[in-house]
Amino acid sequence: MGNPNRVKAESGFMRWVDDRFPATQMWQDHLSQYYAPKNFNFWYFFGSLALLILVNQILTGVWLTMSYNPSGEGAFASIEYIMRDVEYGWLIRYMHSTGASAFFVVIYLHMFRALLYGSYKAPRELVWIFGMALYLLLMAEAFMGYLLPWGQMSYWGAQVIISLFATIPFIGPDLAQWIRGDFLISGITLNRFFALHVVALPIVILALVVLHLIALHEVGSNNPDGIDIKAKKDESGKPLDGIPFHPYYTVKDVFGVAVFLFVFAAVIFYFPEGGGYFLERPNFEPANPMVTPDHIAPVWYFTPFYAILRAITFDIGPLQAEFLGVVFMGAAIAVLFVLPWLDRSPVNSMRYKGWMSKSMLLLFAVSFVILGVLGAIPATPIRTAVAQICTVLYFAFFLLMPFYTRMEKTKPVPERVTG
Amino acid sequence: MADNGVNKGRRRLLLGATTVVGAVGAVGVAVPFVASWQPSARARAAGAPVQADISKLEPGQRMTVEWRGRPVWIVKRTPDMIERTENFDPARLVDPDSQAQQQPDYITGPLRSIRPEISVLIGICTHLGCSPLYRPGPDDVDMTAWPGGYFCPCHGSYFDLAGRVFRNVPAPSNLEVPPYRFESDDIIIVGEDQEAA
Amino acid sequence: MKKQLFALLFALVPFTAMAAPLPEQPHSMTPDINDQASLQRGMQLYVNYCLGCHSLEHQRFARAATDLGMPQDLVEENLIFSSELAYNDQMLTSMTRGDGESWFGVSPPDLTLFNRVKGSDYIYSYLLGFYRDPSQPLGVNNNVLEAPAMPNVLEPLQGVQEMVCAETDRPVDGAELDPLTGKYQSCEVMQVTRPGAMEPEEFEDAVYDLTNFLVYVGEPSKLQAQVLGPKVLIFIFIFGVLAYLLKREYWRDIH
Repeated sequence: MGNPNRVKAESGFMRWVDDRFPATQMWQDHLSQYYAPKNFNFWYFFGSLALLILVNQILTGVWLTMSYNPSGEGAFASIEYIMRDVEYGWLIRYMHSTGASAFFVVIYLHMFRALLYGSYKAPRELVWIFGMALYLLLMAEAFMGYLLPWGQMSYWGAQVIISLFATIPFIGPDLAQWIRGDFLISGITLNRFFALHVVALPIVILALVVLHLIALHEVGSNNPDGIDIKAKKDESGKPLDGIPFHPYYTVKDVFGVAVFLFVFAAVIFYFPEGGGYFLERPNFEPANPMVTPDHIAPVWYFTPFYAILRAITFDIGPLQAEFLGVVFMGAAIAVLFVLPWLDRSPVNSMRYKGWMSKSMLLLFAVSFVILGVLGAIPATPIRTAVAQICTVLYFAFFLLMPFYTRMEKTKPVPERVTG
Repeated sequence: MADNGVNKGRRRLLLGATTVVGAVGAVGVAVPFVASWQPSARARAAGAPVQADISKLEPGQRMTVEWRGRPVWIVKRTPDMIERTENFDPARLVDPDSQAQQQPDYITGPLRSIRPEISVLIGICTHLGCSPLYRPGPDDVDMTAWPGGYFCPCHGSYFDLAGRVFRNVPAPSNLEVPPYRFESDDIIIVGEDQEAA
Repeated sequence: MKKQLFALLFALVPFTAMAAPLPEQPHSMTPDINDQASLQRGMQLYVNYCLGCHSLEHQRFARAATDLGMPQDLVEENLIFSSELAYNDQMLTSMTRGDGESWFGVSPPDLTLFNRVKGSDYIYSYLLGFYRDPSQPLGVNNNVLEAPAMPNVLEPLQGVQEMVCAETDRPVDGAELDPLTGKYQSCEVMQVTRPGAMEPEEFEDAVYDLTNFLVYVGEPSKLQAQVLGPKVLIFIFIFGVLAYLLKREYWRDIH
């Protein structure tokens, strides 16, 4: 019965299922006989952690919608209603707000791992592109979610970001108005952001996670040495340096989850505001279109791009600085998508790349962090100059990559994985 | 990847222990999600006991207070109304002695009240949830020996002044009596039980 | 493995290091939301001196009574003045928005989340910072918030505070330290010139209690988090130890 080419259980209930649904086949393909390199290190925890946080966000998010009121009049009060009147509402809300920041911590580390070991290179270009699309959607999701508490920072942060669209020549102002659905950000904007945040974007994100994983399991995981484990197989065709994902990496990831949860719970119970970065102080005041807070900063995970936006203070030809800032900010994200074709190095992992790649990655990481700090604090002339230098370094990492990866001398890559 | 040297017992023990602790953790995570479906403080505030001041209630008059979103009727019955209710033919009633649990334990007798003259009822028909009309007088309803009571316009159920349902009407049981107590002669607290005497 | 743990913890360090500092205030206080006696006194002060104008629209009397350990009948008798409010209701002012605007120019803000916006040092310093200033429409000024739109409602307790020229222990901008006395000469010294119902120390304690109460009101769930937090962390720790042992057991196959 069923598809005779599938692996099936011998008998019993699982056989009944396997004749109708490829359960055993899928279990083998993706877990018990999915061979992963045996030399994964600390950097390889963050994929499974991102999945865990996604589940946390969906679960807590669904529960929050049960008590949230998406209207200009009721949104702010309904958050306090959740925080005070709903049993354990405070915990569910803090799990969601802390989860948003944790998501970006984990995603940034996950992305850095890819840069470090060349996980974006052939044949994993689609894994990387799906991942980048996920990152972009996650930023949209987070941005729309941040409007929902309807505090001062929600309101004015959204005001700033939507105004970015208004800088686009010719169509800008109309486009911004179309996004808001009103002449200023209002309950109408809140309602559409709510719909996108809780329904539309999560569906697309889930679909992309599936694509990301299917693409990954098709080509297999990269590893810290950046070598292909399928090149060396034993008599039975199993990679010599591979181990079944289950049980070895499932038990390892469970431990990673425990460490993560410890830190995550500590933040939820003791520092839910994250020092004013996860939940910003002005956001405890209801949105007021008449009063702008002294200092508007986006949430910390957007600040590097916000700093790039502000770093563009000069016009080029007929293009205004404001619009150029938006272009550069967009380019900073867009350039990530073509990364697989910028890296011309014969090796994958930073372990075997030359000193130029290593220095560029270090400079890139440092400037990204500096941009992040600068984006969170008010601009001064000196800070703007620093942001401009960091912006140049940010783009240099990508745009010079075709050159320095080809020019530099690489180290010999071992036959088998190390350590 | 050789199987030799594997301590199967230790492995099974650790696997079992981790699974059990993990399962306990999963149940623990479920607790806030389940508990958050309990009535919130706002719902509980709205459902809190309500006070009714009956000092200005004239004999024969009815007042309505809201408790947990439902109308609660308080009627000051006249001696005549009490007499008609007490002497009404029990054969025409479904549950004349209030056998069904439609009232707190301390509500007994044909008048279904703590004090004979004060009747407290939830004004929702036990059939499909309409609110019946107040028809206190003997001539208010076209029926032989109508003792005074309530008529539900939705499907034509009849209740006497103690909320007891008539035979051969759609409503299956007597009107509900909410928990209530007298704080003083003139103040009724609806939603709180009378303290055990 | 120790390295991995450390690295994961390290990943979170930047966020604590760059915590947004609040502006420094003349006075500072350390709130203690477990000090029920202080919170009870604070609530009493709030109800008597603040609630007339400032609502706590998200805080219910009942919740405060439970969290602060006060019986219902005492709260109903002593802390709920308005006949329109019941034990389960939010702590609303009986003043309407329109009244507030016509009396003070602005409607007095709701203070439920004030501490989460401004911080406890601000509230504490603001309440201690009123001084007589005839040039102001309300006759008082404040060294935390210039030209306040509210009168010094605590003056009967504090007494009349004025800004005078005197010596002070506190460092003053632009003033030289007198090497003999170890003090600074300043014309911005706050001094109570006519005593009120409380001694200065008593008054500072009262303002501490009031501020402490507002800290509690800003986030009552903190009390629950304090109770639940250690249990959850210990549980996750035990789970983590088991998970680590399990991982090590399985990975014997590989190494």
